Amino acid sequence: MNKVEQISIFLENKPGGLEFVTRVLKDAGINIRALSLADTSDFGVLRLIVNDVEKAKRILKENGFTVGRTSVVAVLVPDRPGGLHGILESLSKEKINVEYMYAFVERSGEHAIIIFRFDATDRAIDSLTKSGFTVLPGEKVYSL
Amino acid sequence: MIYNEEFETLPREALEALQVKRLQQVVQRVYHTVGFYKRSFDNAGVKPDDIKTLDDLRRLPFTTKQDLRDNYPYGLFAVPMSSVVRVHASSGTTGRSTVVGYTKRDIDTWSELMARCFVMAGLTKNDIIHNAYGYGLFTGGLGAHYGAERLGASVIPISGGNTKRQIMILQDFAPTAICATPSYALYLAEQGEEMGVDMRSLKLRVGVLGAEPWSEKMRRQIEDKLNITALDIYGLSEVMGPGVAMECTEARQGLHIFEDHFIAEIIDPETGETLPEGETGELVFTTVTKEAFPLVRYRTRDVSRLVKAPCRCGRTLVRMDRITGRSDDMLIIRGVNVYPSQIEGVLLNVPGIEPHYMLIVDREGTLDTLEVQVEVGETVFAETGEVKVLQELSRRITKDIKDYLGISSKVKLVEPKTIQRFEGKAKRVIDRRTI
Repeated sequence: MNKVEQISIFLENKPGGLEFVTRVLKDAGINIRALSLADTSDFGVLRLIVNDVEKAKRILKENGFTVGRTSVVAVLVPDRPGGLHGILESLSKEKINVEYMYAFVERSGEHAIIIFRFDATDRAIDSLTKSGFTVLPGEKVYSL
Repeated sequence: MIYNEEFETLPREALEALQVKRLQQVVQRVYHTVGFYKRSFDNAGVKPDDIKTLDDLRRLPFTTKQDLRDNYPYGLFAVPMSSVVRVHASSGTTGRSTVVGYTKRDIDTWSELMARCFVMAGLTKNDIIHNAYGYGLFTGGLGAHYGAERLGASVIPISGGNTKRQIMILQDFAPTAICATPSYALYLAEQGEEMGVDMRSLKLRVGVLGAEPWSEKMRRQIEDKLNITALDIYGLSEVMGPGVAMECTEARQGLHIFEDHFIAEIIDPETGETLPEGETGELVFTTVTKEAFPLVRYRTRDVSRLVKAPCRCGRTLVRMDRITGRSDDMLIIRGVNVYPSQIEGVLLNVPGIEPHYMLIVDREGTLDTLEVQVEVGETVFAETGEVKVLQELSRRITKDIKDYLGISSKVKLVEPKTIQRFEGKAKRVIDRRTI
């Protein structure tokens, strides 16, 4: 399946929390491809797409982090007005819920890449593919 | 004023003779009607007939909170349920709370003792009593309520919570006395000030405050902010409820224990030895008139001191010092008794968290706060890694603690292995309150 594996890291809201994550990843030679930080009043969850998922998870766990994994979907979005809207319109028709999304740092040719988390991942991929949108496979995303 | 002149001012000799007679009766009764006491007396090698003087009391074995839990719910009742007209219970997870029962006569006695307390506080039937103790399984609300009715005063059964409404009622209904925990009285005062109400000019003149430890400093604050006389009341559901002992307005030096109904002792919590008068130790109560739920030598874990010296109010009843602490790890949070083990019990039933926790008790302004720190384990997070899963977890813990223990808490999820590990006895509580 064309899913992308996202790593989630539980962080308390305190100075130095994020810095420790980036240091651990830097020391292990892991490259962050995309990220988003979800914060609540009490804690945060850092979401990462990295070039080497297994290694990153191992290293983070070794350093005492609580690490989770989530399947997300990377979609090519035409880089023009209304590009994202077309995608959301098609999802809306299928009644698929977007839980969160964030943009990828890299571009792929004329396209931006957006990471989506859906409540129904498989159905979302089917629907997007049928509607002619490009869903990028994990391997491609990690090595962009 | 004294509500029951005869019994509250008995000469010590007559009082102690009455105590011995009643003690002998209760010891006979529990031995023959409650399996637990027969076994416990037999194990200690003591027979009811051995009790001839008050000093013989110390030959009887103690009863502990654990014994009450082991006999949950009705195992220690000394009368059939057909004679029980009411039950109350302490907060606790199922099977861990303690349940107490009352016959009609027990309720009568309790009402009288609470009426004695109100009179000791200078109240009469002309007073209007704002009763902010919680109504329900907690003994505070109904206990004070019945006493106020016995006295003939007017009761406002407002119960706890809903502070803005309470302040409106304090203004409009013009109560002259208030029953509450000391911290809630202070909270009401401060909330009222914030709402622009002149809390010093209310009709209130007396506060009958208890169910949690407080200090002279807090008393002065409450008296100053509400312009009242604040008095300490003591009681515990196991022994009866509020009204076991009460401070008089005349001396305000210790709380008079109603010794015609309860025999108090002070023991060394380590050795169990009875301590001489005037020494500080753990309070132990024997109820000598209760029918449904008599208790023999119940260890309260409250630390105090007894003084028999005559009091200027005229009562001959022994006085206990304001409670200065606990000889176990029980916490009193906003008047609710909580053991760390009860919170642990709740946490262990929540899937996905590690069995490591820390309780931080603090006081924000006038109200106690409880923060429960728990470590987020792999299991809950690994499958989805989603924020909402953690928020749901946090909500569930807060709700379970509220549902089982009746206290509000703030759950703080922390990173794994950040809570201190202990070898041997763990220290699970940080109490930052200064009262």
